[in-house]
Amino acid sequence: MTTMKQKTFAGGLHPPDSKKYSAHKPIERCPLPDELIIPAAQHIGAPAEICVAVGERVKKGQVIAVAKGFVSVPIHASTSGEVIAVEPRLHPMGRPLPSVVIKPDGADQWDETLKGNDPEQLDAATLKNLIRDAGIVGLGGATFPAHVKLSPPQDKAIDTLILNGVECEPFLTADHRLMLEEAERIIDGIKILCKVLAVDKAIIGIEANKPDAIEYLRKECAPHQIQVQSLKVQYPQGAEKQLIDACTGRQVPSGGLPMDCGIVVQNVGTAAAISDAIRLGRPLVERITTITGPAVVEAKNLLIAIGTPLSHLVAQCGGLNGEPAKIIMGGPMMGQTQLSLEVPAIRGTSGLLIFREEDLPQMKAGPCIRCGRCISVCPIHLQPTTIAAYARLELVDEAADYHALDCIECGCCTYICPATLPLVQSIRHIKGGILAKRRKL
Amino acid sequence: MDNQLYLSSSPHIHSGETTDKVMRLVIYALLPATLLSIYFFGLPALSVLLICTLGCLAFEALSCKLLKQPLTLSDGSAALTGILLALNLPPSTPWWLSLLGAAIAILIGKQVYGGLGYNPFNPALVARVVLLISFPVQMTSWTTPAPLGSGIDAVTAATPLGEMQTAVMLTGKLPELAISGYTDYLLGHMAGSVGEVSALALLLGGLFLLFKKIISWHIPVSFIGTVLVLGGIFWLVDAGRYPNPIFHLLTGGLLLGAFFMATDMVTSPVTCKGMLLFGCGCGLLTVLIRLFGGYPEGVSFAILLMNACTPLIDRYTRPKIYGQVEPQA
Repeated sequence: MTTMKQKTFAGGLHPPDSKKYSAHKPIERCPLPDELIIPAAQHIGAPAEICVAVGERVKKGQVIAVAKGFVSVPIHASTSGEVIAVEPRLHPMGRPLPSVVIKPDGADQWDETLKGNDPEQLDAATLKNLIRDAGIVGLGGATFPAHVKLSPPQDKAIDTLILNGVECEPFLTADHRLMLEEAERIIDGIKILCKVLAVDKAIIGIEANKPDAIEYLRKECAPHQIQVQSLKVQYPQGAEKQLIDACTGRQVPSGGLPMDCGIVVQNVGTAAAISDAIRLGRPLVERITTITGPAVVEAKNLLIAIGTPLSHLVAQCGGLNGEPAKIIMGGPMMGQTQLSLEVPAIRGTSGLLIFREEDLPQMKAGPCIRCGRCISVCPIHLQPTTIAAYARLELVDEAADYHALDCIECGCCTYICPATLPLVQSIRHIKGGILAKRRKL
Repeated sequence: MDNQLYLSSSPHIHSGETTDKVMRLVIYALLPATLLSIYFFGLPALSVLLICTLGCLAFEALSCKLLKQPLTLSDGSAALTGILLALNLPPSTPWWLSLLGAAIAILIGKQVYGGLGYNPFNPALVARVVLLISFPVQMTSWTTPAPLGSGIDAVTAATPLGEMQTAVMLTGKLPELAISGYTDYLLGHMAGSVGEVSALALLLGGLFLLFKKIISWHIPVSFIGTVLVLGGIFWLVDAGRYPNPIFHLLTGGLLLGAFFMATDMVTSPVTCKGMLLFGCGCGLLTVLIRLFGGYPEGVSFAILLMNACTPLIDRYTRPKIYGQVEPQA
């Protein structure tokens, strides 16, 4: 059953989506680079612990770092080859972190011990363990371990699974292509997720700027009792809380998790990866990434081995078109700037966006004129300008009283501000201050 | 290459909206009313406009220099204040009074608080009210319009609101009002401030601002709505003593105030609920001052009084946040 009406949330805005550069490009497999740099920290939670040594030969899919604790996942070799270094390498987080460097042998040979299973024959607990062992994390960019989301406490009844196919960040088209090209893997993953969570209601939320994906998935999902919901093109429609509100009308309580309102959200890419993990026994060693931006000669959607250096991805897209001024991992609204093209793409790398000097906005911050636009666009209904003013004065308690910790850092306030004030940046800063103060108490 | 990369916290794109663009659009929105008033009142109106605008720019530059701050003329706010001030003065205002108004608006209304964004009161209205109280004679000598090229001489006359108040005071009754009066009010053919005369031109500018999303509907609608409803109630109670709501709407500075003065972002609340409250307060005070106050017109006082309430309103109209958990009772 599907509804044609576009649903949405209150607040947000609509930046130019800039997806035309790569939306029509079919997913292309990126050749292996000369060396893969695979960091042990690629997810939210405890970094994995490296368990291979220099000189060791590894097979594709072999565990090279083991999970440490519940909120953690193992890391796997993305191809077969030789471990040539185990050392700190520059990480997308902006500092050197422990990594395994693998020199591919060219054979790209899977670990033979990896075996697929029929999900019908397995119980929920086994499926969940297999998902954890395959290193599945949220592929929308947040990289939260999937098995943790799939393990709600007994008292939290889950009744709905929402699949995030919104891809509201401008420029990015990886999920769009995945939905057009890999629908059967997504649907298979959804069925596995439904089994693990024991729910029978699944909704795929897709922004209306991808009508081809909506139409195609509706056709493919029809026999499977999976609803495809068309959503208004409104950033940040793909933020978990906004997606839940748009699809179900429910709100995640402040400070709570989606499971507190009976919902689990997973990215469509995560669902496809879960299908591979169960049916083929293949861990998460590759992902789809959009390489785009005005400084890239030809924007592409690449299927990449985890650990591929960004420079290799750029070379695959015809190289650079002018001098790069800003390298962004992720989208332009929430992505992280990078120190160098030598950092590797990791599990959370949904996109690589490169701007030249002339593409960057000129920001000369002036005084707040209290126009209230930041308030009208805030999807959490905060008062960004007020919190930012408190942040500038380091007034931690006042900022907390104005719900600074509820900020999802979507960046709408900074994007819209006519005084070009760094609002979300100030709020981020004071959030750190609030948390630090709470830890001290 | 690598040492030339920008590192910054997201977002990395911007809407391109800027303060000077906002100010520029408000100035554009004032053009119909400004041009029409120059047509109706001729050279005197033009000179008031020029002196106020140039004066505001000069005092803004002077204070930037004295305070050793970067020059802020390009943000457009001083020019806008100048135009708004001019529109709030009688066309016959002498040049020195216009200049004094500009000085009050920029120096006392704005810069002493720290410049744009920090002033609690609408600078143009501060200047108008200071002048009104200090120079009541010059500030209330109104003239009838003498359209350019019409050959008519401007004659001293009362504003419709002033006429009404005098009549009510003297006879306890409203003066007779010809139906043609309303057409004149609509087009601006009446005595009044430079900018308050043409309801139609002001409405046009106001709708442009709404369309361009520079202002939201909340303040104009609640302000004008309150005046209409409250004015209407009084009219129904005693139509012989209180004017009808349409008269309230078309005369005096209501439209100029509701669309251009009360919506001044710096001095009005930031939340939708707050704006509604602010507009209702402005409307209430306007009607009370018009019907029972010592001055025939109350829009300026009403807005300034509500400006003073803005921080309080903001404090008590905080929006309910997403997923807000109600405190346990």
